[in-house]
Amino acid sequence: MLSELTLTVLRLGLLILLWVFVFAVVGVLRGDLYGTRVNRRATPTPARGTPAPPPGEGRRGRAPKAPKPARKGPTRLVVTAGALSGTTLPLRPAGTLIGRSPECALVLDDDYASGRHARIFQSDDGTWMVEDLRSTNGTYLGATRLTEPREVAAGSVLRIGQTMLELQR
Amino acid sequence: MSIVSSLAPRSGRTTELILLLGAVGIVGLAYVNLGIATTGTVPPGLAALGVGYLGVALAFHVVLRWRAKYADPLLLPIVTLLNGLGLVMIHRIDIARGRDITEGVALRQLMWSALAVGIATVVLIVVRDHRLLRRYTYIAGVGGFVLLLLPLMPVIGNAEFGSRIWIRIGPLSFQPGEVAKLLLAVFFAGYLVQTRDALSVAGRKVLGLTLPRARDLGPILLAWVASLAVLVFERDLGSSLLFFGLFVAMLYIATERVSWIAIGLSLFVAGAYVAFLIFGHVQTRVLLWLDTFSSEALQTSDQLAKGLMGMAAGGMVGTGIGRGRPDLTYLAESDFIIPSFGEELGLIGLFAILMLYVLLVERGLRTSLGTRDGFGKLLAAGLSFSLALQCFVVVGGVTRVIPLTGLTAPFLSSGGSSLLANWTLLAILLRISDHARRPLPDEKDASAVGDAQTQVVKLR
Repeated sequence: MLSELTLTVLRLGLLILLWVFVFAVVGVLRGDLYGTRVNRRATPTPARGTPAPPPGEGRRGRAPKAPKPARKGPTRLVVTAGALSGTTLPLRPAGTLIGRSPECALVLDDDYASGRHARIFQSDDGTWMVEDLRSTNGTYLGATRLTEPREVAAGSVLRIGQTMLELQR
Repeated sequence: MSIVSSLAPRSGRTTELILLLGAVGIVGLAYVNLGIATTGTVPPGLAALGVGYLGVALAFHVVLRWRAKYADPLLLPIVTLLNGLGLVMIHRIDIARGRDITEGVALRQLMWSALAVGIATVVLIVVRDHRLLRRYTYIAGVGGFVLLLLPLMPVIGNAEFGSRIWIRIGPLSFQPGEVAKLLLAVFFAGYLVQTRDALSVAGRKVLGLTLPRARDLGPILLAWVASLAVLVFERDLGSSLLFFGLFVAMLYIATERVSWIAIGLSLFVAGAYVAFLIFGHVQTRVLLWLDTFSSEALQTSDQLAKGLMGMAAGGMVGTGIGRGRPDLTYLAESDFIIPSFGEELGLIGLFAILMLYVLLVERGLRTSLGTRDGFGKLLAAGLSFSLALQCFVVVGGVTRVIPLTGLTAPFLSSGGSSLLANWTLLAILLRISDHARRPLPDEKDASAVGDAQTQVVKLR
């Protein structure tokens, strides 16, 4: 009788553990939305000036190059028209490469774009620049075609081939 | 308002380790359950087997830490659990059939598992970058087709259980279709990445479907003919469906044209219907499928009926491992392992297993979304789709959704070739996911290239 009881406990326990495992896997999936985290902001209005430095990383942090999260500048690039419409990616101070080549951060599916088409980067004084990498069909900032690196800010609209990009804060 | 910020990427290796321990623990519990149900005692070899299985899993884990730090942390634990559950069930059927552990199928399966893990680690170590595989596109294609059609060769081909999908060289028998699946996925990925622009060129629009141009139909017709050859001459609907489905799915993924799916499905249905009209063995399969319990069908084979009865006997929570009679069904340890689980673990347990498959496929498709090169995307999607389709064919076959065919449930069923192929598939998926999740090289590396002085490269 004891054996019968143990058996029942074992067999139901096995079923429960199987499902616990399944839910554990699903739990890991939830927290693993590939390196991005969506935070609700406490206040709806974005804070003016520099955001408070994160705790533990004071001004005297060892890395002077540590990316200061864009004082007023744009933080992300949004595709507003074209094949990839709706795609968002964060801007990296080191530079975001745009083009058709798979090595680019934003790989365009656009017949009118060049392999390495344009680059958006943060210059040494902290301003954001866009640069055309000698593309065939050119990069347009607003209505003008880029001939040299130009400064951009949040709200700037770029056109590459049939793709429209907007820089957002 | 919300902000999206990128985090420091986590490798997830610790999560993997914890889940891995959990998976081995569940397998151990199932084994103890089996021992108590059959002999009333905890099986004597528990410690040795448990430690051995844990060792194999941990070895793979260490290789991942070493060579693919950012690989997906969920794939390995899921597969470890599935493989372990399969081992326990095979052992359970050995016991019911009165086979000793030393001569049973389970021990052989355990050795095959260890060998498969070994080969998978070697693949992971040797293939540092999955894009290397693209170089072997056409070799993989030829190899895949040869392997697929190898069982038709006169001497080595071997017909068992009505399908000619084995080859036998001396004492070794092997099911080459499983390995062909891998090679063909590599071939299709490499081929479609090159030709997808041509294949997605729109043609005329008919009833809301953009049909491709007639001259682009060549590849799909070729794949269709090959899959029909498998269906007719090897008498194996499963491999045929798997192979053609893989091609159509990858074609769809590469071109985003729904019309390819419509064309592929109608071609397959038409071909299968003609085969049904002409060939007797196809008619038998359909009879077994539609009228399983008719006296005519039962005279031919009562395997499917017994499997269904077994699952019905299991009910919601199952009879418990070691307390049912799954061994009454013919091939209960390989093709019919799903009904065996259905009987002993019940609907609840069977659905847990199906969920594990779903999660496995989901991780594969997620990898495909995350990776940035076209070849990797297609390969990961194709491999995960082939797993999904194989599960569908197996589970659909034993539950009478589609005619029964002889495919193995990945990682669960007894069978060396299936284990080898699927563990290798896992290794490739892990390699691609490592590539997908690895953080981009930092600005320092990028600027280092730009700052380097231009040098004259000497060309002989």
